Amino acid sequence: MTFPFDLSASLGIVKPELVLAMGSMVLLVTGAFFGGARQSAISRGTVALMIVVAALVLTGSKEPAVAFGGSFVVNGFTVFAKVLILAASAVAILMSDRYMERTRAARFEFPVLVALATLGMMMMVSANDLIALYVGLELQSLSLYVLASFSRDSLRSTEAGLKYFVLGALASCLLLYGMSLVYGFSGTLSFDALKGVAATGASNIGFLVGLVFMLAGFAFKVSAVPFHMWTPDVYEGAPTPVTAFFAAAPKVAAIALLTRVLFDAFGAASDSWRQVITFISMASMLLGAFAAIGQTNIKRLMAYSSIANMGFALVGLAAGSEQGVEGLLIYLVIYLAMTAGIFACILAMRRREGHVEDIDDLAGLAKAQPVYAFALTALLFSYAGIPPLAGFFGKFYVFSAAVEQGMWVLAVVGVLASVVGAFYYVRIVMLMINGEPRQSFVRPMDVELRVIAFAATAFTLFFVLMPAPLLDAASAAAAALVN
Amino acid sequence: MIDWPILSIITFLPLAGAAFIFFFTRAEAAIAAQNARMVAMFTTLVTLGFAFYLWAAFEPDNAGFQFVEKAEWLGSGISYHMGVDGISVLFVVLTAFLMPMCILASWHSITERVREYMIAFLVLETLMVGVFCALDMVLFYLFFEGGLIPMFIIIGVWGGQRRVYATFKFFLYTLLGSVLMLVAMLAMYWQAGTTDITVLLDYDFSPELQTWAWLAFFASFAVKMPMWPVHTWLPDAHVEAPTAGSVILAGILLKMGGYGFLRFSLPMFPLASVEFAPLVMALSVVAIIYTSLVALAQEDIKKLIAYSSVAHMGFVTMGIFTFNQQGIDGAIVQMLSHGLVSGALFLCVGVVYDRMHTREIAAYGGLVNRMPLYAAAFMVFTLANVGLPGTSGFVGEFLTLLGAFAANTLVAILATTGVVLSAAYALFLYRRVVFGALEKPDLLDITDLDRREIIILAPLVAGVIFFGFYPMPLLEITDASVAALVADHAASIAAHASPAP
Repeated sequence: MTFPFDLSASLGIVKPELVLAMGSMVLLVTGAFFGGARQSAISRGTVALMIVVAALVLTGSKEPAVAFGGSFVVNGFTVFAKVLILAASAVAILMSDRYMERTRAARFEFPVLVALATLGMMMMVSANDLIALYVGLELQSLSLYVLASFSRDSLRSTEAGLKYFVLGALASCLLLYGMSLVYGFSGTLSFDALKGVAATGASNIGFLVGLVFMLAGFAFKVSAVPFHMWTPDVYEGAPTPVTAFFAAAPKVAAIALLTRVLFDAFGAASDSWRQVITFISMASMLLGAFAAIGQTNIKRLMAYSSIANMGFALVGLAAGSEQGVEGLLIYLVIYLAMTAGIFACILAMRRREGHVEDIDDLAGLAKAQPVYAFALTALLFSYAGIPPLAGFFGKFYVFSAAVEQGMWVLAVVGVLASVVGAFYYVRIVMLMINGEPRQSFVRPMDVELRVIAFAATAFTLFFVLMPAPLLDAASAAAAALVN
Repeated sequence: MIDWPILSIITFLPLAGAAFIFFFTRAEAAIAAQNARMVAMFTTLVTLGFAFYLWAAFEPDNAGFQFVEKAEWLGSGISYHMGVDGISVLFVVLTAFLMPMCILASWHSITERVREYMIAFLVLETLMVGVFCALDMVLFYLFFEGGLIPMFIIIGVWGGQRRVYATFKFFLYTLLGSVLMLVAMLAMYWQAGTTDITVLLDYDFSPELQTWAWLAFFASFAVKMPMWPVHTWLPDAHVEAPTAGSVILAGILLKMGGYGFLRFSLPMFPLASVEFAPLVMALSVVAIIYTSLVALAQEDIKKLIAYSSVAHMGFVTMGIFTFNQQGIDGAIVQMLSHGLVSGALFLCVGVVYDRMHTREIAAYGGLVNRMPLYAAAFMVFTLANVGLPGTSGFVGEFLTLLGAFAANTLVAILATTGVVLSAAYALFLYRRVVFGALEKPDLLDITDLDRREIIILAPLVAGVIFFGFYPMPLLEITDASVAALVADHAASIAAHASPAP
């Protein structure tokens, strides 16, 4: 059999993905034969697998390389995004084990599904034509639909899964329709060829309509306004570790994919898509900030918070420049760290009779559990973007990029939205300080949660001292994408 | 010159003290609390020692930045850059000077979560000193904005009845002003390619950018100052804050606004400053007259002093925007003096509050009969607040009015009425609290100042009187830098008025 490309070279380039795919299938089979209802062994295996894959990604060549006739690409940007995704997924699995056991939802399929979703995300990030993109996206999405309804005895969880599936399928349709329009008007699916078409035919109305439909599909995956409606319900309904996973890795993957599509395939049409991104970014920041004020459930609050945070990240994309991408990547890393920390804290909100999720359950914690309250306070102030905590630097770099491009309105709307956002974050701090104390949570915290919360808090507190490694890595990754 | 990093030491020593308390004072609650107090006291005193050394080593004739330190930080033109000039050095000293008093004033009045309290204050000191030392805009913003977190916690945890409301108001007002400043800073960064203040001071920004950036910085500094009409957070914050929190708020945090005008608005946006000077003058006059009248009507001692602070800050903004040597010198002295006087007044309120647990003016009267020492100290600070010659309050007010007469006679005349009004509310307060017959039964066995309180108030009394008679040590330090600032400002205005042929 002959291929129109060098098979062995291609397989070498996709080695991390291959290992992850094989590994998850082995884990699936192992689980089916020996695992039974025990999740933890398979979980540990999955985490180990992800570490191996991350090592492969990191040690692999960072030189730009394409595989399978140009449908799969590896460069500094994809390496950066993949490492982030793998780290976020591994952390989510680590946080899930004990929760799942306690809620009697532990099944070995959970880590395997996360691994498959991660595989999909890695494909998305590296996709270099529209078909590869769609295949990766659907592999991720289908795994996520199942994960959302993972507590199958819980009405809320099943409802969340169904809602996510129906709306997600609709978004996929929009995306597919947009892709077909783009294909119809340009005659190609490959990003490289689309780049040339966009440079010449950017004014072609059908091509642009296709682009806008694609953006709508992506906006759904990123949970950007006006395609955010599923987020609060799914976040609230899904089991908490799944929510923690949803808030982290898929967001990074979707944003990284969006960035790659817009820069690599539609870079020449940036004047057109920057308007759209600017709008959804502003709308997300504002809606996320204002809608979160009235929430009483902390998972729902985090849903609106993640909508707002995606809005902030998109500010960097809206700038459409290398600085913008750099700011976006810095923002994502800091967002991931804070999200991991805050979900570790949420997962530790457990009384003897079970897990609780009301914000009011945090009342008076500063007295009862000062260390926990301290960690949560640092994370919340960081979310609010108050220096010298890490969250400030994320916002600093995306707004810096927007200002560089002269996007004043976007920058001013963004900082004002961040003030509104600060209100609901610090309100939780105030509640912990001054609320009527309730029965305290079960202590000690699970060791995994403690480690993750500690690491995240230390990161937000001390990032200011050692910013250079992250800034350099993000800047190199951004340069790899833009050039 | 000193070749070791004295500014970094003054800035981060309190943080080290906070870390020490955090890690090493875990014992039984009472012992831990006492240890935390001791560590905090020791740290702030050592910091004060370094600050005095800084003052002594400062070269008054040098208008440039001294004790400069520079290190890599974020890269691309954003670095860790510290240094002080004649405008900022005294604020560093003032901060370090007020801090031990705050710790001492909280010795007995704070009994809950003492360790956390001391940590919050020490962190706050680091951030405040950092504001005055930073020579990089991002670093400045970091310290300026970072101060919100400890202050939020100080008012939110150890505040009074309505602390939640007051804390949010303080936090959101200040944050809202500051974020706009951040956008302006980014714009300046992309213009000039750096956030280094020493470079930006010489950079010629376009008139349009100057206007917008000036407004953005004004939003931040006017809230912090606070200027009428965005001053309403201050009375609430003061009333709810614990005594030491009020001292820091009035003594240092308010000065950051005035310092910001002098460091950024005036030298970096000279054209916009001239353009908007009438606005600032008008707001200053309104602040001086209107808030003085409001102060007259207050029933709460702390609220009255808070409103009087707004009025006094009106003199500061007026002095700064006269653009002449007297006005700016006066503004700086006024800020330093107000730091001592208002801090001292809040400490005086704290003294009686600790005994009676009320701040209602009506609950007091005739204190002089039982508390002669207290009455004497309170008298000195009241007169300094009025601006009586022979107290430090006079020097600042007089110089700002002198500057104002040179710049705008009408403004100066209106502002002078404020001096009369300040006498009215301050003396009215003093009469109601201290003089009169001792009629209230609760007050019969009130005790005079104890040794701790004397130690707190004595240096302040000495400072207020000393600098009232002999302000030269202050003016000598500020003169060269202010002269350079005024000359630069005049030169850029002249350069713009007559463009090169």
